[in-house]
Amino acid sequence: MRIKWVECAALSVMAALSVMTGGGSWFLALALGVTLLKCLLIPTYHSTDFEVHRNWLAITHSLPISQWYYEATSEWTLDYPPFFAWFEYALSHVAKYFDQEMLNVHNLNYSSSRTLLFQRFSVIFTDALFVYAVHECCKCVDGKKACKELTEKPKFILSVLLLWNFGLLIVDHIHFQYNGFLFGLMLLSIARLFQKRHMEGAFLFAVLLHFKHIYLYVAPAYGIYLLRSYCFTANKPDGSIRWNSFSFVRLISLGLTVFLVSALSLGPFLALNQLPQVFSRLFPFKRGLCHAYWAPNFWAVYNALDKVLSVIGLQLKLLDPKKIPKASMTSGLVQQFQHTVLPSVTPLVTLICTLIAILPSIFCLWFKPQGPRGFLRCLILCALSSFMFGWHVHEKAILLAILPMSLLSVGKAGDASIFLILSTTGHYSLFPLLFTAPELPIKILLMLLFTIYSISSLKTLFRKEKPLFNWMETFYLLGLGPLEVFCEFVFPFTSWKLKYPFIPLLLTSVYCAVGITYAWFKLYVSVFTDPPVGKTKKQ
Amino acid sequence: MEKWYLMTAVVLLGLTVRWTVSLNSYSGAGKPPMFGDYEAQRHWQEITFNLPIKQWYFNSSDNNLQYWGLDYPPLTAYHSLLCAYVAQFINPDWIALHSSRGYESQAHKLFMRATVLIADLLIYIPAVVLHCCCLKEISTKKKIANALCILLYPGLILIDYGHFHLGLALWGVLGVSCDWDLLGSLAFCLAVNYKQMELYHSLPFFCFLLGKCFKKGLKGKGFVLFVKLAGTVVASFTLCWLPFFTERAQALQVLRRLFPVDRGLFEDKVANIWCSVSVFLKIKDILPHHVQIIVSFCLTLLSLLPACVKLTLQPSPKGFRFTLVSCALSFFLFSFQVHEKSILLVSLPVCLVLSEIPFMSTWFLLVSTFSMLPLLLKDDLLMPSVVTTMAFFIACATSFSIFEKTSEEELRLKSFSVSVRKHLPRFTFLPRIIQHLFIISVITMVLLTLMTVTLDPPQKLPDLFSVLDSWLINSVTSLRKSGRGDPRQREEAPFTR
Repeated sequence: MRIKWVECAALSVMAALSVMTGGGSWFLALALGVTLLKCLLIPTYHSTDFEVHRNWLAITHSLPISQWYYEATSEWTLDYPPFFAWFEYALSHVAKYFDQEMLNVHNLNYSSSRTLLFQRFSVIFTDALFVYAVHECCKCVDGKKACKELTEKPKFILSVLLLWNFGLLIVDHIHFQYNGFLFGLMLLSIARLFQKRHMEGAFLFAVLLHFKHIYLYVAPAYGIYLLRSYCFTANKPDGSIRWNSFSFVRLISLGLTVFLVSALSLGPFLALNQLPQVFSRLFPFKRGLCHAYWAPNFWAVYNALDKVLSVIGLQLKLLDPKKIPKASMTSGLVQQFQHTVLPSVTPLVTLICTLIAILPSIFCLWFKPQGPRGFLRCLILCALSSFMFGWHVHEKAILLAILPMSLLSVGKAGDASIFLILSTTGHYSLFPLLFTAPELPIKILLMLLFTIYSISSLKTLFRKEKPLFNWMETFYLLGLGPLEVFCEFVFPFTSWKLKYPFIPLLLTSVYCAVGITYAWFKLYVSVFTDPPVGKTKKQ
Repeated sequence: MEKWYLMTAVVLLGLTVRWTVSLNSYSGAGKPPMFGDYEAQRHWQEITFNLPIKQWYFNSSDNNLQYWGLDYPPLTAYHSLLCAYVAQFINPDWIALHSSRGYESQAHKLFMRATVLIADLLIYIPAVVLHCCCLKEISTKKKIANALCILLYPGLILIDYGHFHLGLALWGVLGVSCDWDLLGSLAFCLAVNYKQMELYHSLPFFCFLLGKCFKKGLKGKGFVLFVKLAGTVVASFTLCWLPFFTERAQALQVLRRLFPVDRGLFEDKVANIWCSVSVFLKIKDILPHHVQIIVSFCLTLLSLLPACVKLTLQPSPKGFRFTLVSCALSFFLFSFQVHEKSILLVSLPVCLVLSEIPFMSTWFLLVSTFSMLPLLLKDDLLMPSVVTTMAFFIACATSFSIFEKTSEEELRLKSFSVSVRKHLPRFTFLPRIIQHLFIISVITMVLLTLMTVTLDPPQKLPDLFSVLDSWLINSVTSLRKSGRGDPRQREEAPFTR
């Protein structure tokens, strides 16, 4: 084990040496720096997701394909699309050189030090794709603002914001997941669309969808954008659609790409007649409205309101205590609960809410095309809207909005301000993921590092324009500090700790929900009020 | 400063790295009966908290000096006492007399690490930041880059957080070089009272301040300054030692604990002259004990004299920093009973000259970290040490672009090569040679690390020799650079060889 990684270390030292001699490449230094930080995070706490991925390694390695989506020895069944399963399959062939034991399906909760090392390094290595994608994205940022100072260049700021993203660091490298390379795929496909390489972008996104289906949230943006700006080759002078410019060839080639990718992924299961089983694993609607801990979205506010109303109702004797369901959210860790005052929410309602929330942005993309930037806005709005109203949303899903938003933030002062509110609150809402004492300083320090850097650097970038925050926003963001102090340092020493253990979680999610809703709202307003770009770029 | 946010980011990064390293194992984890430095620090808290001050340094039934007896100056003991009060507040078991020996738990580890982090945050980091802000003649960006490199210096991080050892102050250097002489000397006295090893740095301090007094004229202002300085020193020492001055025996016992001359010339594998000579010549067996002491004393004195004399005659902040390096290095190379960790005392001043001679300092700092490898391996800290060393290297390489600055001027070797050229007119390839040497030594270090990790321990001796070899090349060059323009110093270089 030691030998292996020391060799790797030696190799990278050599690589570093050879590059450094060629002149100071700041991008590489940033990437290597964060990679080393990730290496330092190896011994930190890891969540059950670690066991989830170990189990998937075991399933894909030791069972035939036909068993992959049926196997249920562990409670962590395979619930990602086939490409991810293949990815685990590929990883397992490296894993066997580290520790054969982790590939045993019945070896539940197995975590030897070699297993840990392998799993952590697999995340770090696959992040190479993310680094490459960030590199490509940086090329898309127009360097209109000519600054002599390297640290004030939009490219530099963007690469720090993406590479050193707090959320990705703690979700992937502490909590444990493979978001890095998935977001790498997404950013790469966005970059390809910016570079007018639409086919590649579509292909990458199709592949991404078959890695993790959560990206379906942003699929409408891709579909409409490709249809409107790629399949229609020209616009009228006023920017409206010119119907006769429709190119069937482009539509068919797009369709074919998506179809082939899907066939490659789902084909084997179709042949085995297992598609229904696969889909039932992928979309488990049996879970509750909110995740274990409430993601800071609309439903968190809704639940909190319900709770407050029921307490008031009890106080005023308007409600009968016997009728209140026992399983109400006393601990914040309950998967399902019934609402007491407000009507209960069904998956269908959330679906409708999400669609309604997404529609305006889609319309905007169709009728007021603003090139790739407009597409990016629509994508973020899709991600945010589904985060706001989706069913069983996980708080980690906020990264789906934050990372693409970084791209926008270096372009315009208004977007920068939205990004800062969104990222700060969104990242703060990830805090409950890490609840162990040794990780407390890490999360606080990294959060401060990222927040201070992002706020100050964007302020410097847009110092000639009006201030990024008004007093209300400043006040709100500063409020996160006392909130953290209360939740982590004061609350555990109060007498409420035993009686109302859910209070910190509730406060965190409601407080963050306010900020995220605000950012969502502000982004929507900016999409509608911004003047359309004079000429939509022609193909 | 308009770039304050970058500085904040740098400090936060430094803190993050420190804390993540601290999550790893520590010295003597789970190794009864003696454990390691971690247990020593915990034991000191136990002793200082439970025993009256008079018994701290004495062997008694409650205080077995063989088991990590207190052998640091009083200020360390007070600090332990302070930590012990906090520990008492959190969990009295941690410092219970006798019963807490070898106490280990996750919570306790967290507590101990937090004490280091807080001490660092309060003392070391502000000093580094201020030092970088006070640097003259360089841009803001360079200042920040400098701070980043100093804060990322792996030796200190690994020893303090991984191995467990409390850091020390560089406030003294800062104060003196910024012309706040009194503050500087006060800080330095405190540092000496915290850890007697700081005496390595005392000579340059003394010479520099003395030189300053001379410069101002011994009869007028200079004398006033001298009296003031002497007053500060005496006062701060008295304050620290006050509880021990009541009896003569007390003070003597403390001194005896602080300077245990009866140990040996060097401990197992220190990268200094004695150790490398002993590969050919077993000095330990040839010379009697007291002769060893005298020889090492004379050599040390001889090697640091030229630089100190020069400093006294021409005191300047820059020269002061260079003299600090060369003095600490001579102590490390020649003096008696040196520990591997003492290299940190050399590295600290080297950090201070990082912005002036980036290439050489980086090289030295890398090698110094590497020289502690056996120690780190013992504590299972291979992973964090490789990672932080690489991080440090990358930070230095990008922020100073060290490979482009290897001309003779940049290396401060102009006068040397000019004088050589008088005899050898074709001597123009020095920069290239040094570049190659650097690459060779880096490769050797990587290979040696690989070897020590993969091969069996018994083969360590040949490894060590080459460690020393690369080490010596380095130390020779760094000694040489400190004496640029000073012919006397140059005589020293061949002597070291």
